[in-house]
Amino acid sequence: MTPRRRRLYWVLGILAGVGLAGGLALRAFQQNVMFYFDPSRIAAGEVRPGQRFRLGGMVEKGSLQRTPGSLEVRFVVTDFRHQVPVHYANVLPDLFREGAGVVAHGRLDANGTFIADEVLAKHDEKYMPPEVARSLAAGQSASATPGQLATPGQVITPVQVR
Amino acid sequence: MLVELGHYALILALLLAGAQAFFGLAGPKLGSERWLAVVPSAACGQFVFVALAVGVLVHAFIGNDFSVHYVAENSNSALPLFYRVTAMWGAHEGSMLLWILVLTLWTMALVARSHTMPPAFAARALGILGLISFFFLLFTLATSNPFLRLIPAPPDGNDLNPVLQDPAFAVHPPILYMGYVGFSVSFALACAAMIEGRRDNLWAQWMRPWTVMAWAFLACGIALGSWWAYYELGWGGFWFWDPVENASFMPWLIGTALIHSLAVTDKRGLFKSWTLLLAVTAFSLSLIGTFLVRSGVLVSVHSFAADPSRGLFILALLVVMIGGALALYAWRAPLMKSAVGFDFISRESFLLFNNILLTIAAAVVFGGTLAPMIADTLGLGTLSVGPPYFNPSFLVPILPMLALVALGMHARWRRGGLGEARRPVLLALGVALILGLALSLGVYAHPLKLTPVGAVIGIWIILSSLIDPIDRLRRGLRLPASVAGMSIAHIGLGIFVLGITFVQSNTIERDIALKPGESAELGAYKFLYQGGQDIVGPNYEGFRGTVSITRNGVPVSVLYPEKRRYWVQGTVQTTAAIAPAFNRDLLAALGEDVGAGAWSLRLQYRPLIRFVWIGALIMAIGGVTAVIGRRRAQPLPDGATLPLGAALPSAGSLPGGAAPAPRRGRAR
Repeated sequence: MTPRRRRLYWVLGILAGVGLAGGLALRAFQQNVMFYFDPSRIAAGEVRPGQRFRLGGMVEKGSLQRTPGSLEVRFVVTDFRHQVPVHYANVLPDLFREGAGVVAHGRLDANGTFIADEVLAKHDEKYMPPEVARSLAAGQSASATPGQLATPGQVITPVQVR
Repeated sequence: MLVELGHYALILALLLAGAQAFFGLAGPKLGSERWLAVVPSAACGQFVFVALAVGVLVHAFIGNDFSVHYVAENSNSALPLFYRVTAMWGAHEGSMLLWILVLTLWTMALVARSHTMPPAFAARALGILGLISFFFLLFTLATSNPFLRLIPAPPDGNDLNPVLQDPAFAVHPPILYMGYVGFSVSFALACAAMIEGRRDNLWAQWMRPWTVMAWAFLACGIALGSWWAYYELGWGGFWFWDPVENASFMPWLIGTALIHSLAVTDKRGLFKSWTLLLAVTAFSLSLIGTFLVRSGVLVSVHSFAADPSRGLFILALLVVMIGGALALYAWRAPLMKSAVGFDFISRESFLLFNNILLTIAAAVVFGGTLAPMIADTLGLGTLSVGPPYFNPSFLVPILPMLALVALGMHARWRRGGLGEARRPVLLALGVALILGLALSLGVYAHPLKLTPVGAVIGIWIILSSLIDPIDRLRRGLRLPASVAGMSIAHIGLGIFVLGITFVQSNTIERDIALKPGESAELGAYKFLYQGGQDIVGPNYEGFRGTVSITRNGVPVSVLYPEKRRYWVQGTVQTTAAIAPAFNRDLLAALGEDVGAGAWSLRLQYRPLIRFVWIGALIMAIGGVTAVIGRRRAQPLPDGATLPLGAALPSAGSLPGGAAPAPRRGRAR
């Protein structure tokens, strides 16, 4: 084998390896990426049946119901235009509150209830996921319903002196 | 007044960084010796002023000076003194200042060791570091100044995020920064080598210890962060593929590749341009990581800033630094040719595979981390990428890489084959097969498909790493530090692999509602909830539950998980209780009062989870052993011990500094 030939084999081998890895990664990517939907987009029928996705919005005030003595909770996620009922049977995160932003992972069942297997609220008080903030802002301007809405990064606005 | 002095010190540091960059980069070409002499002085001055600024800010925190905006945002008079100090890096502005402090520390270290390189080369490297520092100081002063006043001053501060009120937070950010800012030195040395168009491979020898040290710090920093997330966030996970975790993990992967390709470049003069590219990439990924974390473009627990001007500034900085370095690379890399070849089954080709696979792994992480951002920008919808993508895709390149480790470390340079190590390596494989299968099918039953594979590879790596040291000891030979370091690091890797394998496949998690006196079973362990009581801490109140654990009726441990409510921010926080042991962790965390006298509880059993962090720590120890041992092995003039900062004027002119005689004599 000439050195040139050998180098060619090396390059081809590496390219094949990289291609294979890239292909597998892309496949894994396509199968495992989760899209985000807010209640309005769900109402518009954008979610495929059985699709696992991220639901985001605000936990509607007064909607949280517990079965006493068990983990089961039901609450409603709203973007001020549409509502989606959510069912969850695990420990809720610390920052989960009525009137606060939330993101949940799961699927819709046949009755249109979102069966969540994971509820996230791992952001601090001041912070809201940008996509949720966008959904809520859109919903708010459309329906003009005043709601307590924390905009991301908005804290005290002090006088700044250099 | 003092605060304004801190601000002023930071401006002076900026000017000195500019001087360091100018004289360092222009000096060797245009100037005289006197230009070069300015460089270390400017670097020292810069360090002093940055340290002064940090001191002033810490002082403001200790003294509860809430007229400083940053202090008012991140501290409170009820906060314990220790956390008032660590609150300095508790948010964006302070952590940028910490970034710069760490950069100047590395710069000082390079100044102290610059006598081992030619003066012009050292000056260029310091110039590059000065340039980086200049940009970051400019960024901090222009967009994230921690010394801004808040007038009128509020009576009390907004408190430090309770999640950050933890001892691990005191060490995690500084050590992590020591790691990923440390790659700036490799980057600077690579740029200096390219600017000079060096045809030799001495630069690789100079770059090696710096890269290994930064890499070791980064390993410790990542492990600390993972451990902290594990017990502090209260959910028991130790790796979430969170963008910020990925931001530190990508430079580590590339850093690992860099260490290995540097070995080839140093010993055999091969892979020169590839090594340079890796050095540029490692630091570029550190910069991109800083961008991801600091600009707030990604949703994450870590991104406390959401200010577009900052993002734009860092983006511009990224383009200038990375673009500049890559342009330099494109211009100079063709010079770095190597004429020697190697056999297919040689050390070189194993290291080549290591590099390719690690780079692919880093690319997989990179793609997954940036995909949401790219999709959002292109209007393809808001998506998120999580463990279901990362876990399998990451394994595809990493598993073959791990499988090659045990063989690769015994392969001979240049010539093919394993030589005399062949029999012990195969013996080790046999033993690993028996032990690994026994462990994965016997001790830990119900495994996943890949569990036996992970167990066998982990044990094989550990055994294979022991072959060389044992062989040398038996024959009464000295164990060179480089071999000892490599063996230790690979043993750490093996332990890490074992830990990940079993924690991934045999963890048991249960969320359950329990009334006092009720219990839940996780495998052989029985968790009994005995009820709880209200508690009051220094700056919080809460509820403490009591969970006693028995194994087959024998008491194992009693856990006291807490739910705390911090007064100032009103934040509720779960404090998980963990019963650690060598071979498993048991965790209990309180959810909430679910009514009818019951509390929701999260209970977990995680086998071998400690191996994950201990493994990472051992890898880092291996790296440090190799670096320190190498320095010791170098003969010192007149047998004198060389103090760290002592610059020997004569040594500066020698290529490579002190003669590297004994450690190079390792022919296999």
